Amino acid sequence: MHAAKPAYDKLIFELSAPGRFAYSLPDSDVPDSDPAALLPKEHLRASAAELPEVSEVDVIRHYSRLSQMNYGVDTHFYPLGSCTMKYNPKINEDMARLAGFARLHPMAPEAASQGALQLMHELARDLAEISGMDEVSLQPAAGAQGELAGVLMIRAYHLARGERRHKVLIPDSAHGTNPASTALAGFSVVELKSEANGDVDLVDLERHLDEDVAAFMITQPNTLGLFESRIHQITEMCHAKGVQVYMDGANFNAILGITRPGDLGFDVCHFNLHKTFTTPHGGGGPGSGPVGIKAHLAPFLPTPVVVKGPDSNAGGYALDWNRPQSIGKLQAFWGNFGMLVRAYTYIRTMGPDGLRSVSENAVLNANYILKRLEGDYDRSAPGPCMHECVLSARRQKKLGVTAMDIAKRLLDLGFYAPSTYFPLIVEEALMIEPTETESKETLDQFCDAMIQIARETESSPQVIHDAPLTTPVRRLDQTLAARQPVLRWRPSP
Amino acid sequence: MRYISNTPAQQKEMLATIGASSIEDLLVRIPPKARLSRPLNLPRAMAETDLVRHLQRLAGLNAAADDYACFLGAGSYDHAIPSPINHLISRGEFFTAYTPYQPEASQGTLRSIFEYQTMMAELTGMDVANASIYDGASSLAEAALMAHAVTGRDSLVISRGVNPLYRQVVETYVEGPGLKLKSAPLGDGLTDVDALRKALSKHVAAVVIQYPNFFGCLEDVRGIADIAHEAGALLVVVADPINLGLLTPPGASGADIVVGEGQGLGVPMSFGGPNLGVFAAKQELVRRMPGRLVGATVDVDGQRGFVLTLQTREQHIRREKATSNICTNVALCALMATIYVSILGKRGLRKVGELATSKAHYAARELGKIPGVRLRFSAPFFKEFTLQLPKSPERVIKRLMKDRVLAGVPLKGFDRAYKDCLLVAVTEKRTKEEIDAYAAALATAVA
Amino acid sequence: MANVPAGLKYTREHEWAKVEGDRARIGITAFAQEQLGDVVFVELPKVGARVTAMKTFGVVESVKAVSDLFAPVSGEVVEANADLPKSPELVNTDPYGKGWMLVIRMSNPKEMDGLMSAADYEKLVADGGH
Repeated sequence: MHAAKPAYDKLIFELSAPGRFAYSLPDSDVPDSDPAALLPKEHLRASAAELPEVSEVDVIRHYSRLSQMNYGVDTHFYPLGSCTMKYNPKINEDMARLAGFARLHPMAPEAASQGALQLMHELARDLAEISGMDEVSLQPAAGAQGELAGVLMIRAYHLARGERRHKVLIPDSAHGTNPASTALAGFSVVELKSEANGDVDLVDLERHLDEDVAAFMITQPNTLGLFESRIHQITEMCHAKGVQVYMDGANFNAILGITRPGDLGFDVCHFNLHKTFTTPHGGGGPGSGPVGIKAHLAPFLPTPVVVKGPDSNAGGYALDWNRPQSIGKLQAFWGNFGMLVRAYTYIRTMGPDGLRSVSENAVLNANYILKRLEGDYDRSAPGPCMHECVLSARRQKKLGVTAMDIAKRLLDLGFYAPSTYFPLIVEEALMIEPTETESKETLDQFCDAMIQIARETESSPQVIHDAPLTTPVRRLDQTLAARQPVLRWRPSP
Repeated sequence: MRYISNTPAQQKEMLATIGASSIEDLLVRIPPKARLSRPLNLPRAMAETDLVRHLQRLAGLNAAADDYACFLGAGSYDHAIPSPINHLISRGEFFTAYTPYQPEASQGTLRSIFEYQTMMAELTGMDVANASIYDGASSLAEAALMAHAVTGRDSLVISRGVNPLYRQVVETYVEGPGLKLKSAPLGDGLTDVDALRKALSKHVAAVVIQYPNFFGCLEDVRGIADIAHEAGALLVVVADPINLGLLTPPGASGADIVVGEGQGLGVPMSFGGPNLGVFAAKQELVRRMPGRLVGATVDVDGQRGFVLTLQTREQHIRREKATSNICTNVALCALMATIYVSILGKRGLRKVGELATSKAHYAARELGKIPGVRLRFSAPFFKEFTLQLPKSPERVIKRLMKDRVLAGVPLKGFDRAYKDCLLVAVTEKRTKEEIDAYAAALATAVA
Repeated sequence: MANVPAGLKYTREHEWAKVEGDRARIGITAFAQEQLGDVVFVELPKVGARVTAMKTFGVVESVKAVSDLFAPVSGEVVEANADLPKSPELVNTDPYGKGWMLVIRMSNPKEMDGLMSAADYEKLVADGGH
């Protein structure tokens, strides 16, 4: 039975009518406006690009209809593990749009950018305090870039000490960006076994630690949502061999005001502002991935560094380019400033007590879900979890219902699905991160839905296999999309 | 706390269900010596009105382009942003959605990215574009890595006409793989093709040029494409897509990969970020492309739908063998660009280019009339040009701030050879009045 | 019941090899294609390329996974299946027939002796494939 909802199925090109337009441009107010007279012929496009010709009404209606085909945090519970889909405060949006921020060119004279530079300097200082690190670079455009920056700084650190180390140790429970970023930085990745609950296998770690290892990269809490309790021992083991320890900060929402990577012995960590610090996910980005370091890595920070001091702009703030040992730049300018404004606004809104309460409630909410669901789904590990829990749909798989099926059924029941099939070390993994901004009522509704699905698995699995039925499209043919890729619209001949 | 829904009573209920007496019981795995024993040393929480006032003050310290005539370029431009864009991208279903891994619940995002890919392919004249990279510079860095993967060659020749900040990012990215970068110098503002030929060898994976280049000059893309291809190298062109409504797309001139900064297409300047990295390539290179790709398909009822596809290139599957480590695209900025291109459309985008170039040429003429001021290069230019000044550009810039003019980007920091030069950008937003006022102020400043 | 043809030799990485005079025709096994799911792309070396026993020569991609392909024997590639770019599904539907991948002119035919027999490979699959 298909609950038919007439789906809107237009692309903007299909709304085109020759001669329609939505723009408003003034006439030229300067003499000689014919480009054919100004530019050599070979530089002028022979034929116009095939772009839409639509009215403003067409544009508004089309994109409004498209938006209605999305689930967002503003409309749905979005328990994606490790993504921290918390509420995106609207005050952040207003502040990012202030003309003095949004309409500021990156190359405006520094003396005329003091407000922006001050915001960046204060945010870096706040993130340093939150993480227990000594300095923070706000330049990386996303978590993966933050990882790359961190690993490159570690590389530079070893080289500066006259050592060329070739390996980085990464647990098999790690997010894919960890080995990808590491390989990009020129290291070979050595995968370590994790214990079943995601803890570091200390024996495997000890066996692999040697002076050819540049770094050990872990997520804390780990990707099963558990705090690695032997962390001091781990960082000491690493430091004894000169190995730097990197913390993937994806799970920072669990530990704000509770513990700090800098106090646990980490040398580097990155932040995902689009996770912990509420900058919006935007359908896939932009993010922002600042990276925090201990003082011994400071010479290698990306340039420029935002500094405050007596020499700069009459006691104010400046961009310091004089960093001869820097790893260089990750992006053209100074960082995703628009996202930095949002994160700054959030931190000032919450204050120290508010941030602590964020993590406490995130942990509470995840444990509540774990408790309500542990009867129907396998836990991946004993004991309380932190801000997310990982369940296995192993029992359901035996009856022919996979984690993916469960995810699709949840869409019909009005929820976005949790993460599935990550971490790789848990069979039929369902990783659930509710975040602190959800209410008990919502959590109960979600748990009721999950329990309903567990019942349906036993009594009437067909409705799960057929899911989703109520979304604008039903299950899509991924094989066709990959075998015969159609990656752009073309006009019908 | 307004973002946390649970009341103390509800927290108690939940703890009871869990069987814990307090949240501390849930933190039991954290060893006591790891626990922070004091509150975070951060400023206290601010009420909304106080916070707004504080941020308005900070914002007020900056020379926003609303209060100054902005002639700054160098990779970020004051192009007009049509009013519908902000309204549409502020719809919560767009900006609070996640990456479209569950495509059935993300058709809005996926369809708009498919449209975006189409538009970027059209503008650049290439077969396929991805869902975006972080910015123009990181996009170029990814292209460098891709050229190496495709050709197996380990060096690149980068024209000195490419934005020096982009070059720095490429240097950072090629450090790990150990690729070598060589330069092709400029002659009168354009890549010196004789020097370029000499720099080529069977070790060069790609030649990189920018069109228009960093100094505003229009390179001979076709000529350089032929030289690169003769040597077995790819041609990578850095181009600003908003210009390609009027200028010949690099794809039509032989480019193998086109990258660039799409910020001009409706994305606020925002002190340099977030930006929009455009990445487009020829069909045969598609499986080596970094970043997300959205493809068309059908669902079980035969209805058209869209999905992320060719995902096995990406980090979440390939891990250390991935084409790149990239895990986001700048989806919201790509959406701004998609809506922008829909609004401007076939003719509007062309008109933006016409206005920009005619105003830039007018400005160059008027400024060039000032004694001691001249165009540094004689090569044709589009919306940006390099001005040589008889007085220190830094001092001129400072003086013109008083006239509410952001005069241009001084080039000394990029290359001491141009320490007397100023890079001036003129978009469709600059009026004749603003340009005349700029000229008058400059005349006084250098007299 | 495993689909493991008797006349072929096998590797631990789930490739098969069939002797054809001084040449070996190779592909991946029924077990391998089942594990992968719908194959969407196969990356093969060009004719003339050299491959080395137990080293990777290419990649097979499905929607959700990607696997390295390991050469059972060393030698020179004399044929690469030109149908696979257009029809990668042949690897799923006919892995030992139309889904073949390469024909290699063996540089050291004795390497064949080191490969698994059908019986041994069948046992490997029964044990879970590792």
